[in-house]
Amino acid sequence: MPVEIDIDHVARLARLELDDEERERLRMQLGQILEHAARVGEVAAADVPPTSWAIPRANVFREDEPEPSLLQEEALRNAPDRAEARFRVPKISETGS
Amino acid sequence: MSEPCDLTASELASRLAAGELSSSEIVRSSLDRIHEVDDRLGAFLTLTPEVAIERAEELDAYLTTGAPQNPAAGIPVALKDVLVTNGIRTTCGSRILETYVPPYDCTPWLRMSGAGSPLVGKTNCDEFAMGSSNENSAFGPVRNPWDLERVPGGSSGGSAAAVAAGEAVWALGTDTGGSVRQPASLCGVVGLKPTYGLVSRYGLIAFASSLDTVGTLTRSVRDAAVMLSVIGGRDHRDATCLDTDPVDHSEGIDAGIDGLRVGVIAGSLGEGVEPGVRDAVGAAIDRLVGMGAEVDEVTLPHADYALSAYYLIAPSEASSNLARYDGVRYGLREEGADSIEMMFRTRGRGFGAEVKRRIMLGTYALSAGYYEAFYGQAQKVRTLVIRDYEAAFADHDVVVSPTSPTTAFRIGERADDPMAMYLSDVFTIPANLAGVPAISVPCGFDVDGLPVGLQIAAPVLREDLVFRIGHALENELALDLRPPMLAA
Repeated sequence: MPVEIDIDHVARLARLELDDEERERLRMQLGQILEHAARVGEVAAADVPPTSWAIPRANVFREDEPEPSLLQEEALRNAPDRAEARFRVPKISETGS
Repeated sequence: MSEPCDLTASELASRLAAGELSSSEIVRSSLDRIHEVDDRLGAFLTLTPEVAIERAEELDAYLTTGAPQNPAAGIPVALKDVLVTNGIRTTCGSRILETYVPPYDCTPWLRMSGAGSPLVGKTNCDEFAMGSSNENSAFGPVRNPWDLERVPGGSSGGSAAAVAAGEAVWALGTDTGGSVRQPASLCGVVGLKPTYGLVSRYGLIAFASSLDTVGTLTRSVRDAAVMLSVIGGRDHRDATCLDTDPVDHSEGIDAGIDGLRVGVIAGSLGEGVEPGVRDAVGAAIDRLVGMGAEVDEVTLPHADYALSAYYLIAPSEASSNLARYDGVRYGLREEGADSIEMMFRTRGRGFGAEVKRRIMLGTYALSAGYYEAFYGQAQKVRTLVIRDYEAAFADHDVVVSPTSPTTAFRIGERADDPMAMYLSDVFTIPANLAGVPAISVPCGFDVDGLPVGLQIAAPVLREDLVFRIGHALENELALDLRPPMLAA
């Protein structure tokens, strides 16, 4: 069974603008892909622990030595828009979310 | 006619040491080749001829002083365009980063550069390394040097095509689910995915952080070992990088394979694998037997589920990693009435179809109500895949299979069928989930003369085994791997 997906809801979570054609194509394709992917449930028994990193590392420390870091001008060099030493964005409001 | 750029890095290093060639001559030969073939291949997105020549000339001046040289010194390299380079545009094959000029260098390039390898350019790839054919680049496909109507594989297709055609002597790529090994297989070059964490990812633009590795594309197994020796080892800038000393990975490569235990993955020469691939891989395995390896069959019972797990884990991590492209600090910005609309439009217009598909897939798999059934279960399958390898390696030194179930397919053939495309990576994905090293070595050709690759995987940090076997096989087969387009 292809999985039914609320495309508009997922696109909102992902902050992705999609046109009608994209929405229709994704609804179909994601349904098929997830149908295949859902097979993971067939073998993932309750007593199998999940693994998030194949080779985990924990508590990785280094000496706290100062190093040169990015200059402000370098950090701003790729900014689409800026005002003095800041990134500039359009007004922030509640609409569209 | 063979030019300096057609030789392996190791051969070139000997000629440089003997004073028979200069780095400038090698670099110019690569640049000439790019000029000659790249309008047909599309392997490069950005070329850096001036800095390459300048670097080579500096190096030639330095070499005349008789100073000891690094084996990578003077050998031109290409970098997949997901590895950031200070002052040189880095696009990830995406419209959203079309004009992005990074303010710093990634560690793998910093190390190649420090070893004296001149950069000839940044190579084309599937957008954000998502794809198996290079058709997902916003800047056009790469073509396979063996047949210009076919794909080079992906996502490191530009790096693989460039090395196959002599545009670079060697190249760096990245491998999250097979993106170094599969294009290496389809282009007739050697592709290494090292152990997860052996090579620093500082400055690699992230796709799926629990799977991403930096790998090598070379024209010999020894070159892969030399390149890994340069780029591998601990890096305090990447906390996921393993705490290992830099070592010479080419040491012991000539030890032969007598008595090594090789497991052929059950089913990997069966249904769903092209006859031409089966025949070439089968013949290569017979040669391993002839050279003294002990070969039998080995089962990875959960390999069938690895693909399903991968297409939940990788998109989930990607949906999180790609949240940073919001039009605020760098990259594309599309205007909107407010910041939120700006963000929706920027992402909607900046990302291509495959990237959107994976962001949507990952966002769904991580969303409330579905997380356990999809992402959580996929992480359990990863545990099972790791256990499969542990069991296989309990009585085998390495496991082998085809790298790809098919040779290079035609451009457009799978573009509208994501599931068919995802199946390209069925043999390569398990090694990413388990973090083990794996290499693709050319092992023959199909009836159309297209190259076939054999994949060799070994336990964590046992790159020495894949190098030994790959090197022995390569010497035994002595294939002519010059694509026909260079014969004219």
